[in-house]
This record gives sequence, C-alpha cells and structure tokens, in this order.
Amino acid sequence: MAAPLLLASLGEIYAERSGLLNPGLEGMMLFGAFGGFVVSQQTGSPWLGLLGAIVAAVLIGMIFAYLTVSLHADQVVTGVSLNLVALGLATFSYRLLYGVSTVPAMSAGFSRIKVPFLADIPVLGPVLFQQSFLVYLAYLLVPITAWSLWRTNWGLRLRACGESPLAALAEGVPVRRFRYVAMLLCGVLAGAAGAFLTLDQLNVYVEDITAGRGFIGLAIVIFGRWRPAGAALAALLFGAADALGLTLQVNGVKLSHNLLLMLPYVLTVIALVGMRGRAHIPAALGKPFRTE
Amino acid sequence: MNNSKRLLRLATGPVVAVAAAFAIGAILIAIAGVDPLVAYQALFLGAFGNKTALAETLIKAAPLTLAGLGIMFAFRTNTFNMGAEGQLYFGALATTVVALAFPGLPRVFLVPVLILAAALGGGLWAAIPAYLKATRGSSEIILTIMLNYVAVLFVGFLLQGPLQAPGTNTPVSPFIPANAQAPIIWGGTRLHASILLAVLVAIGAYVLLWHTPIGLKLRAVGDTPGTAKAVGIPVTRMVVLSMAISGALAGLAGMGEITGVHGRLLSGFSPGYGNTAIAVALVGKLNPVGVVLSGIFFAALRTGADTMQRWVAVPASLSYVLQGMVVLFVLAGEFMRDTTGLAARIKGAFGLGK
Repeated sequence: MAAPLLLASLGEIYAERSGLLNPGLEGMMLFGAFGGFVVSQQTGSPWLGLLGAIVAAVLIGMIFAYLTVSLHADQVVTGVSLNLVALGLATFSYRLLYGVSTVPAMSAGFSRIKVPFLADIPVLGPVLFQQSFLVYLAYLLVPITAWSLWRTNWGLRLRACGESPLAALAEGVPVRRFRYVAMLLCGVLAGAAGAFLTLDQLNVYVEDITAGRGFIGLAIVIFGRWRPAGAALAALLFGAADALGLTLQVNGVKLSHNLLLMLPYVLTVIALVGMRGRAHIPAALGKPFRTE
Repeated sequence: MNNSKRLLRLATGPVVAVAAAFAIGAILIAIAGVDPLVAYQALFLGAFGNKTALAETLIKAAPLTLAGLGIMFAFRTNTFNMGAEGQLYFGALATTVVALAFPGLPRVFLVPVLILAAALGGGLWAAIPAYLKATRGSSEIILTIMLNYVAVLFVGFLLQGPLQAPGTNTPVSPFIPANAQAPIIWGGTRLHASILLAVLVAIGAYVLLWHTPIGLKLRAVGDTPGTAKAVGIPVTRMVVLSMAISGALAGLAGMGEITGVHGRLLSGFSPGYGNTAIAVALVGKLNPVGVVLSGIFFAALRTGADTMQRWVAVPASLSYVLQGMVVLFVLAGEFMRDTTGLAARIKGAFGLGK
C-alpha cells in the first residue's frame, strides 16, 4: 500500500533535490498508471506494462522539464496545469480505446513473488515478503537512492543544483542538464508508482485512480526531510492509514466509509502542520534558474 | 498605456493558446476518426447554438467565474490556493444548513444570510491553510489539496448521516425551501441569478484591486514582494486576507449550485468546478475581465463537449485535454516572451505593437 507513495516520493526527492518543485507528480503518476494499464492490457505482459507506464510518465516529466528549465516557467503552475492535461488526456484516451462499458477492461497484473523461507515468518512474513515485484523494487530503491545522492559524485552535484545553482554552475556543473536528468528519474519512478496502481493493487483503470496520491507523495518528501529513509518511514505511515481505512471497511467496522477514506488526507495535513523546520529544504527549490 | 490597450495585450496570449490547443485537439479528433471541423461545429453549437445551450453555458460559467475570481485574488498575492473545490463544498454545505435551519425566513432576509453563510463557509476553509502558511510556512498547495478531499468526503459523510433526506438511501439532503432557491432570470431556461452575482463580483474585484488602498497592497504583495515588505505592508495579513476572499468566493460558487441548480445538497454536485476554476483564473491572466471571459470559455467547452459527444461520438473528455492545453500554452506563451520574442513578433504581425 505504501509502495506507490514511496516510489513517487523517491522520484520527487530526485527532482526536488535538484531544485525542481514538481506538483505534476500527480499527473505523472496518473498518466503512468494509464500508460501501464493500456500496454499491459494490450500485450498481456505486466513487464511491458511497467515499461509503458514509465514511458508515459517520463513524457509528462520531460514536458515539465522543458517548460520549467528551458522556458523558466513557474514550476507550481506548470505542474498543476500538466496534471489537468494528463488527467484529460488519460480519460479521453481511455474512453476512446475502451468505450464506456459495464465490464471494465482488465490489465495483466504482477503476480506475488514469495521470498522463500522469509515469507514463512508468521504475521510479518507474508506482509513483507510476499509482495509483487514493484514492492520489492520500492524497498530496494530506498538505499539505492540514498547511496546515489550522498555517496557519489553525481549525487553531490545534483544536490548542489538544488542548493545553490549559481555556485554549481561556476564549478562547471551543467545545472540544466542535471535538472532534466532528475526529472527523468522522477518520471521513471512516478511511472512505476502509477503502474503499481493499475497493475498490482487493482487491475483496472478508473478516472482519478491516483486520488491525490501524488500530492501525498509531495508531503512525504517534506515529511521525510528530503531523505529517502525519511520518505520510506513517512510512506509506510501514510500507506498504513490508507490500508487501515480499507481494512476497517472490509471488516465492517461501523465507521462511515467516508471518514475512513479521509484518513490519509487528514494525516497529511497533520504531518504538514507538525513540520516546522524548513532547515532541510534544498535552498533553491522552486526558483527558476536563469543564467542571464 | 491606456486600459483597453493593456487588456488587448493581455488577451493575445490566451487567444493564441486557444488556437494552438484547438489545433492539437483537431489532430486528436482526427485520430478518433471524426472530421475536426464537424466536431468543432458541434462543440460551438452545443455551447451557443440556441437559447438552451447559451443558458447552460452561462449556468456553468457562474461557478467557474466566481471561483476563478476567488483564485485570482489568492494568486495575486502569490498564494497558490488549490482548494477551491473544497471551499466550494463548504460554502454549499453552509448554504444548505442555513437554508434548512430557517425555512420561514422571508427571502429579503434569507438571501443575504445565505450569502454570508456561504462566504464564511468557504472563507473559513481557506483560512485554515492560510493561517498555517502564514505562521508555519507550510505549503498551501498541498494543504489546500488535501483539504479538498477532506471537504468532499466530509460532506459525503454528512449526507449519509445527519444531513440525509429522510426516506432515501442516496447521499442527498432535503430540498431547501423555495425562499432560498435562486430566481430564474431567463424564462424558459435554467439560468439563475448566480451569473449576475458573478458579474457583480467581477466588477467589485476590479474596483477593489485597482481603486482602493487595500487592493494596491494586495497586488503589491504579489507583484513586488520585496518592495511590499520594505514599505511595511503586512504581507502575512494580506496573504490571509486574499485566501479568505478566495475561499469566500468559492463558497459563493457553491451556494449558486445549490440554490440555483440542484435545490439541495448532493454528493458530487460539483463536476470539478473548483479545479477548473484554477485554469480559468490562469487563462484569464488574473484579471477580472479576463476571468469572466475565461469562465465563459471554459463553460462553453464543457457544455459543447457533451453535445459533441452526442452528435459525433468524440469523447467529452476532450474538453479536459483542450482545457489543460490552453493553460499550458498560456503559460508557455507568457515565458516565451522572455526568451524568443515570439509573442512580440506575433503581436507585431497583428499590428498591436509593443
């Protein structure tokens, strides 16, 4: 449950660490979910579906990058507009391809992979070790992201772009190129996150299947203080709220269905309210970088 | 530069953007196997072709314009209020509750009370994230979006509980008394007074922003924040004020929908008006006249798209694509001005000069 949130937030960490505030994350996830769905539905292969999701999300990401990095457009407004376009395009294309029918088209999903032995640990075993590929990918990506950002030269330069692009440029770092690359990575991860929704959690596509998860991802990045480990913890927390809501519903606990659905959103609000320190925010986040 | 010339200049961007968006839309329509000209004809006729169509367009234009004007206020102080949808819902909720609570009140008292309720409902919902941003620097973008979902779900909860109309299983409230319902202003159609309210608010917004000291301060906070702070303008207070106004107007939009269109509160009464209003405000270049025109444009898109779907089977969601593209192109156009001078060249070609 936390996997799509985690994947999306890891992608966003790359973007924000390079100085790009990307509210288009939601749109990227959505388009990725749609792309992944279509490809996997047509080809019957979840892996090709994943690829399709990534391509779709990266496409949006590159448009964002072009508008914000090369044309210096305001990142927030651009991101939000792209969300609209992505939603519209996805819905439009879905209707075009599948029409409006009572039986929704199904995608080919990922099957669960059991990690031998570990999966037999009572209680925790199945939960942690009997998930689909994408979930394991998400787990693995946490240390990989951390490593790439803090223990490589590349990561250092990327972070410099987000902290002080002018200084970075002076040191010979191609800031624009790094930002494009960061958006590429963001797209890849957002696409994977979207793919999780249509290829794993559910096997259908519905309008607004992302339901604000992209924005929760943004909150996770803040909550996790722009670090992968923090994001992982936050994602688990939010994912738990998501899951709790569903579980309670399934078990017929007499709480209103609507109130339960509210849980992750309210949690995000509380999390943001509780966050006071902005000391860890990449200094140049959100500011267009002009070299004139 | 006098006012009309300035407005014309502002308009170039959106006009070009609309043209570009429609061009790409034509390609999409062609892919769908339909003649774009026929499809666009359906679109246009569906929005403006006859009395009913025009009325329907204006009906949709009212909430879009009202909420759009609200968002214009917030954006003018660089506060990105994404929460119009939620504020709309709260305004609608407040309206319904008050209307149901005072069934006997004569219209002359009821109407101002309802307006006040709606404005307070929406305004308060916006004030929460505004306050949080002002005191803790939290991102209003995320907060307002989250609160949107909370608002919609909360209303849904109420509609299946305390606010549910007796004897039904659907999430609807009882009908509000006739006194509370907005009058129809065009005989034979559904067009109700909300559109008049929208125009009034637009005029009011113009006066407020350009002819009062507070308006000047609001604009200064957004246009030249450094200077504003330096001359002692209370930025925080202006931000909260602009958000409150923003929410209040969105609340009014919600009120319009309940009193004019549905007559009661129902779950999902707003087909994303609040979110579309963001696009309306942007394409309207954050200018009251622009927002009104933009509101009509977006409303026309929605209304026309339904007709287009019925007549030529092009999915109505094309309107979302067109919407998004128009916004994107407006944005791109705004910034291309800096780097390529393309906008200036186009303007030159149309004889508008620089």
